[in-house]
Amino acid sequence: MKFTEDHEWLRPEGDVIVVGITEYAATQLGDVVYVELPEIETQVAKGDEIVVIESVKAASDIVAPIDGEIVEVNEALTENPALVNEDPMGDAWFFKIKVEDESALDDFMTEDEYKDHIGE
Amino acid sequence: MADTAPATENLKTLPLRALHEELGAQFVPFAGWEMPVRYGPGVMAEHLWCREKAALFDVSHMGQVMLPADEGAALEALVPMDIVGLSEGRQRYAFFTNDAGGLHDDLMIARHGDGLHLVVNAACAEADIAHLKAHLPAVDVLEGLALLAVQGPMAEAALSCLLPEVTGMRFMDARRMDWEGAALRVTRSGYTGEDGFEISMPAGVAEPFARALLADDRVAPVGLGARDSLRLEAGLPLYGQDLGPTISPVEAGLAWAIQKVRRTGGERAGGFPGADVILRQLADGASRRRAGLLPEGRAPMRAGTPLFEAAEGGAQVGHVTSGGFGPTLGAPVAIALLDAGVPSDATIFGEVRGRRLAARQAPLPFVPPGYKR
Repeated sequence: MKFTEDHEWLRPEGDVIVVGITEYAATQLGDVVYVELPEIETQVAKGDEIVVIESVKAASDIVAPIDGEIVEVNEALTENPALVNEDPMGDAWFFKIKVEDESALDDFMTEDEYKDHIGE
Repeated sequence: MADTAPATENLKTLPLRALHEELGAQFVPFAGWEMPVRYGPGVMAEHLWCREKAALFDVSHMGQVMLPADEGAALEALVPMDIVGLSEGRQRYAFFTNDAGGLHDDLMIARHGDGLHLVVNAACAEADIAHLKAHLPAVDVLEGLALLAVQGPMAEAALSCLLPEVTGMRFMDARRMDWEGAALRVTRSGYTGEDGFEISMPAGVAEPFARALLADDRVAPVGLGARDSLRLEAGLPLYGQDLGPTISPVEAGLAWAIQKVRRTGGERAGGFPGADVILRQLADGASRRRAGLLPEGRAPMRAGTPLFEAAEGGAQVGHVTSGGFGPTLGAPVAIALLDAGVPSDATIFGEVRGRRLAARQAPLPFVPPGYKR
């Protein structure tokens, strides 16, 4: 599993990458009350704001960590946004993205590097 | 997700800073103060705790001022309220008006035997004090005080263990009390829509007082985050969002707070800044009105969301002044300013991220108040 500076985790699964937010990010956000997911089969570019996530207090965006095509989204989050707080690293994945070049993952942080990044 | 690194330099700290930290608070800058925004359980659980049990808030950032008891008439030159007729032991909601008929700030005024006790918003405190000093000779700005609020259906039961006298108070009563030798000013009021109390006390006794309250299982600390969602559900306006210099009290739905004696035909009618505008609006109506909104679906409509009467096209008919998620309702809620011509049963559309989402107009408050009248 790899990590971004924007507190996303990336887990390779076959020829796609599963993306979610870290426990640290979920804690910082607080109680999530609304999640808006991208359409499947959308081509996205790294940095595009593709998920809207709202806590009681404020709205935030999740950006595409990498260029690719959205092949699946986690509809369970639309029905139950609180899942983001309950299981951010597992059941509360946001989307699966198909990338051209899987070696692109090499550029992201390892778990140790991410822990340094958040000062743990 | 963008990192939000709050600037912590030059912030004023609460007398209970260390206790909040011990209780697991996360802090944010608010109105120049470092404030606990939430504790361990999070905003949702804290909000629901206040609706079901008793929540302890630290609102010591608010400004406190004393005026001599006989300054009621002079204060009436700044606020459209009946202060002369405010009885000893009672409190009243008030606002400072400006010449255009908008508001400088909203505040609470309590009459005690030793004078008028004012509580003003932290963000406006400096300007309010300057405004008061420009018009009144003896403005005593109180320093070294803490202000704690205990709110919720179990607030009376919990607070009466420390202050038995509170059981004899009703909504908007104000009393001076003594706790372990310290002089307190207690009002039966608050800003959550629940029954509850606000207690002004010397900063030095705030910690033992708070600890004594928190020792009660029914009491939990609640932060600024839940305070905002609680007041939003209760339909209580926030200065800087629902109230401001270009919004009149009539537009903001606060006509109820202007007593008859200060209205046209009253014994002390007018005589406050913007009286011509405000009294005319009371008689003829205003061009905008406040409305509650219940958005369909789950997407919150935040402050600033532009509002329309149609799902497509048409001119903007207003905007959201406060909006978010209401944990008690389990759904988004908003307070809006709408053009007066919009029918009160019309479906409203809020433009959120480029899409128009439907919302139903609803009477405020969204949750029934728990005040002990």
